[in-house]
Amino acid sequence: MTDHLDLLESHAIFILREVVAECERPVLLFSGGKDSAVLLHLAAKAFAPQSLPFPVLHIDTGQNFPEVIEFRDDAVERHGARLLVASVQDSIDQGKVADPGPMGPRNRLQTVTLLDAITEHGFDAAFGGARRDEDKARAKERILSFRDAFGQWDPRQQRPELWQLYQGKVNAGEHLRAFPLSDWTELDIWQYIEREEMALPRIYFAHERDVVRRDGMYLAVGPHVTPRADETVERLVVRFRTVGDANLTGAVLSDASTLAAIVDEISRANVSERGATRGDDKFSETAMEDRKREGYF
Amino acid sequence: MKLATKDLLRLATVGSVDDGKSTLIGRLLVDTRQLFDDQLDAVQAASERRGVGDLDLSFVTDGLRAEREQGITIDVAYRYASTPTRKFIIADCPGHVQYTRNMATGASTADVALVVLNVAHGLKEQTRRHLCIAALLGVRTIIVAVNKMDEVHWSESAYVGVVDEVTTLAHDLGFESVTTIPVSALWGENVVERSSHLDWYDGPTVLQALEACQAGSWTHTRSGARLPVQWVLRQNGGGRTYAGMLNGAPLHEGDVVTLLPANVETTISSITSGSGARTAATAGLSIDVGLAHETDAGRGDLLATAPLPQVTKEFTATVCWFGEQPWRANQRLRLKHTTKVTPVRLRELTGVVDIETLSVRSSDELATNDIGLATLQTADWIAVDDYRDNRVTGSFVIIDEATNATVAAGMVGRASFL
Repeated sequence: MTDHLDLLESHAIFILREVVAECERPVLLFSGGKDSAVLLHLAAKAFAPQSLPFPVLHIDTGQNFPEVIEFRDDAVERHGARLLVASVQDSIDQGKVADPGPMGPRNRLQTVTLLDAITEHGFDAAFGGARRDEDKARAKERILSFRDAFGQWDPRQQRPELWQLYQGKVNAGEHLRAFPLSDWTELDIWQYIEREEMALPRIYFAHERDVVRRDGMYLAVGPHVTPRADETVERLVVRFRTVGDANLTGAVLSDASTLAAIVDEISRANVSERGATRGDDKFSETAMEDRKREGYF
Repeated sequence: MKLATKDLLRLATVGSVDDGKSTLIGRLLVDTRQLFDDQLDAVQAASERRGVGDLDLSFVTDGLRAEREQGITIDVAYRYASTPTRKFIIADCPGHVQYTRNMATGASTADVALVVLNVAHGLKEQTRRHLCIAALLGVRTIIVAVNKMDEVHWSESAYVGVVDEVTTLAHDLGFESVTTIPVSALWGENVVERSSHLDWYDGPTVLQALEACQAGSWTHTRSGARLPVQWVLRQNGGGRTYAGMLNGAPLHEGDVVTLLPANVETTISSITSGSGARTAATAGLSIDVGLAHETDAGRGDLLATAPLPQVTKEFTATVCWFGEQPWRANQRLRLKHTTKVTPVRLRELTGVVDIETLSVRSSDELATNDIGLATLQTADWIAVDDYRDNRVTGSFVIIDEATNATVAAGMVGRASFL
């Protein structure tokens, strides 16, 4: 029997093949998080037994969890992919963006690094693992989302996108963002990872870690988060529900140490993944829309 | 714990601006507890900040800054809901005539249309237009929420008047299943919770009606198997397989297929999907197939089983025009049909649909938001089915060659109500 996971998988594979066929130079944006891991897994299926017909691009903020970088390198090697790394530090060093300081947030700065990498390599399509259930602005976005020559998204002028007739033609300098996981929810992602027995960074599973409570989140004490004078370091059993910059991504209290336990936990959750764990979405009511308009993921 | 497998129901809201589509979806999601606590908190905070009361339910789906400022829906919002046996994909569509193209985007893959109209206003022209487009797009099931019953003091006669109007139109448009429900989305009456003001009504709530609908109807088909070739995969040790998403009838290993437009017969020797080799596949699955004979198949070709589609360069179609500039006879554009792109021109415009009377009146151009009946001519051979037989091989979009904008969506054949 064909269930909803089979249909979501098939739809994603269809989109991957369609964009590769219609565009000249696609690239897959890969952060090492669960969604981009699923995307890479689907891309490998879509073109098997051939190797991936596009490179994989990591926008490196320099504020990563080491376990995620380790996973990134393993995954890229396992799939025989070609990895490109574009570094936010380089953008800072070149004076293209202001230096927020060693502990400062670099999330929004990624947009400049990403757009520069797209221009430098001449990419006309970038696959991303964004899902519509993550945020109210993402809920509005097409599966093939057009970006003008400045990388901007215009939510008032999106191309009609009927049936599954995705059309990916752009003029020189413009590009597309393609989101094969648009219709997946967080629970779909975890059920699929469980079904496919996929590997993931260890930080998604429950483990003991030193954390501090800051802005309503548990932040992992480490090179990117130093406890402040008024903060107490606690050692707790936690896991990460999303993976972003180490200084903006909160851990959740959880003893889910297997995929089955995580699926169970997510199916009962009453707080959204970004609400629970992401400082970068809390800047304003339309934080995601504002960043997307500028060319963010 | 292993969660049960689910089917997938795609739902789109249709109807005019300000009749309460977004509020109804917000109500449905809130009352079925599909919203996370922090999402509900954010909607509450935004409502207070903008001075629109404690909880503006439309903010659940109207997520863009401009939408919240203007209190309208500009583009489709996709929301997801789940019951133990069903995953819902909800497309909350804009009602404003200017954004008809976005409504068509949301409705094009829908199994069910949730029609929302204001009981005090009845059938507005824009509601008629949306129903007409939903019918053209092949939606066969509609649930009509007659909204704002609180504003007419829960009057049964007001409800019956609107229902008569809408069921007559729904009959003319050929919908197969029509359920009408009196609701107040604002107060949550008959959406999820049964109304205490409407004791004269004993039909289903909106949620009950949605749970009773059949999933997957948008892949309904009367055609043979259709596999538009997307991509050719080279296999290790030589040989090729042909990848694409299957639609139409199921395909089996050993089936005789015809490669079109070349018109070459061969046999399916293998089928592979995301989960590995298999002996058969059904519509909606991405597969790659091996063929028994060496063939020169590539992207844009079609593998089909009987009954075969028509291979043609000229065909009748119903066209929804979204372009800002009109389309006139002989003007050349680009057509995308399945995985094939070919130049196209408007050979002859029979006329455009009058939304009030559903008749076709003559016209010499297709203007913005017109629905036209036309004969199109393509440069290359394409293999088409009537849209009512197959939504994939029966549909196409038209693209402006200079800007790459999608300017029209079309359906092969003449809709039965025209």
